[in-house]
Amino acid sequence: MSDSPENKPNELPPLPTSFSLISTLGVVAMISGFLVVLVYQYTQPMIAENQRLATERAIFKVLPTASSRLTFTLNEGTVELANDNTKGELLYAGYDKDNNFVGMALNAAEQGYQDIVKLLYGYNPSTSCITGYDVLKSTETPGFGTKITTDVAFLANFNCLDAKVNQEQTRLINVIKTVRHGTKNNPWEIDAISGSTITSNAVGRMFNKSGHKLHPVIAKNLTFLRSAKQTKEITHGQLD
Amino acid sequence: MVNSTKQEAPLTLDVFTTGIWKENPVFVMMLGLCPVLAVTNSVENSLAMGLASVFVLVCSNALVSALRNFIPKQVRITTYIIIIATFVTLVDYIIQAISLDLYNKLGAFIQLIVVNCLILGRAEAYASKNSFSKSVISALGMGLGFTLALVMLGGVRELLGAGQLMGYQIFGTNFQPWIIMILPPGGFIVLGSWLLLINYIGQRRTGKLIAEDLRSHCSVNNH
Amino acid sequence: MNPESLSFIFLNAFLINNFVLALFLGLCPFVGVSAKRDTAFNMALATAFVMFVSSTCSYAINQILIKFDLEFLRLISYIALIASSVQLVEMILKKFSPVLFRALGIFLPLITTNCAILGVALFQTSRGYDFLQSVSFSLGGGAGFGLAIVLMAGLREKLELSNLPNITQAAALSMMLAGILSLTFMGFAGLGTTA
Repeated sequence: MSDSPENKPNELPPLPTSFSLISTLGVVAMISGFLVVLVYQYTQPMIAENQRLATERAIFKVLPTASSRLTFTLNEGTVELANDNTKGELLYAGYDKDNNFVGMALNAAEQGYQDIVKLLYGYNPSTSCITGYDVLKSTETPGFGTKITTDVAFLANFNCLDAKVNQEQTRLINVIKTVRHGTKNNPWEIDAISGSTITSNAVGRMFNKSGHKLHPVIAKNLTFLRSAKQTKEITHGQLD
Repeated sequence: MVNSTKQEAPLTLDVFTTGIWKENPVFVMMLGLCPVLAVTNSVENSLAMGLASVFVLVCSNALVSALRNFIPKQVRITTYIIIIATFVTLVDYIIQAISLDLYNKLGAFIQLIVVNCLILGRAEAYASKNSFSKSVISALGMGLGFTLALVMLGGVRELLGAGQLMGYQIFGTNFQPWIIMILPPGGFIVLGSWLLLINYIGQRRTGKLIAEDLRSHCSVNNH
Repeated sequence: MNPESLSFIFLNAFLINNFVLALFLGLCPFVGVSAKRDTAFNMALATAFVMFVSSTCSYAINQILIKFDLEFLRLISYIALIASSVQLVEMILKKFSPVLFRALGIFLPLITTNCAILGVALFQTSRGYDFLQSVSFSLGGGAGFGLAIVLMAGLREKLELSNLPNITQAAALSMMLAGILSLTFMGFAGLGTTA
């Protein structure tokens, strides 16, 4: 060892056997494993509960009329029931008190000014409107890029942002895009925040990308999504 | 480098206070700068990061000190790293269980406590050579010194960068925040300013002429 | 540009979110080994190399952990992996390239506790990168670390010749310089986002 000459010679122990080296490492690894597993087991339900609350808070924020939700995942052009731990892209459907379908909450992400901006947005397939969003992750410049959550004029774009699916249910009719501040003419255009153009653009691009990918699938599976909650209640009732 | 008289010295208040100011891990020893700059954009984050580090530092030093007579020299670093990584994993799960918001703000920097040189450094230089109680007290002092430094940085950055402290508005609504302070460059600049201030105070205290300052300051630091 | 494309991941780690100047990873060597340009360059090479090796290894081990549902051992396995891969790199260099070993050798043990190395492994996991994306990310991170430390060394070499007040001793001055460098790197934000 490089630092052994610095020690007093009488402190140098004789070279230990490899058995003692391995057993020390083994004992330490066992202590470590025991502690980690103990705390992991204890905290896991709390963490899962926290994650569920965070997800539901975001979902009910973008779908204010919803009081419960179901999680779905994509599988080759159809949606199927899933839970929050399912790997892959998750879609959430919101239902009101009488188990009527009120809309979808969908994830979208795109490169913003500093780093990736992640949103959860509300989409109402009956009116084909994007109705608002919640920022899940953003490191945009405070006071500029963060205006996408506070700027009243910008948020007004999402009272009803047109995201209609075409007749063949393959893509959106119109390309959702962000236009220069003050030049919005169509309901599928987003009026940018002046001074935060790059972040505004990112919002437009992510809605366009996500819309083209997910909205046609939702349109195809709308009947299933509408009835999923009631069906689930009924099957549950039979099980009980 | 622990000087030899200190090792035999009994447990005194000094063991605790050294870490807080005289050998402050951030301002004097420049250890563990990664989290110091990365998460100090608000007092709340700084405090959480500081306390997480205190937990890891105290627990790992206690365990290292308790096992110090059983660990063969050849595998000591590996053992220390395993012990530290264990406690960091624990604190990672505990923070997730307490508040997911806080966890998302601190991000990967909780897990990066593992490579904070301060913790491995104290395990190797102090806990492996001193009694259990002294190691714990000293680790507590060092940890609090680290937390203090984090909060000093976080306070300035939050105050100037957002006009707030712990989320309470301080400067009123007319204040135009210096946004740069809560962005990465602000971290470097605020830490640099604190170091300048501390150097200045150090020089004033020695009361030496400017020409002699450099030499005298170095010797003060080496005590 | 697509944020998941390989070139963008590289660019992002290299310039926009530079490891040292925006994410504060690897500050110890950034302050400690940036006095001379040659040493800084060698340090950067060694770091980039280890970063690449440990990034690929940690990708592999993460796949194994996920397969066996052992994610709670991730941090411990990563750090053990990095420590051993540094040793491995050291031994391989010593055997096959004594010239390179003499240039990089003294830096290798230091690299074990470099947050940038563990940072690459942790970030690539939390962002869910696939294998090629991880490689691109680690190369970008290494290049970004190199760029920052060499720039810093260049500045410090120049400053050695200037007349500075005594209170701006090494660390304080380095921090101020890093702050200014970090400010200039903020200019790269928004890169690759087509208007």
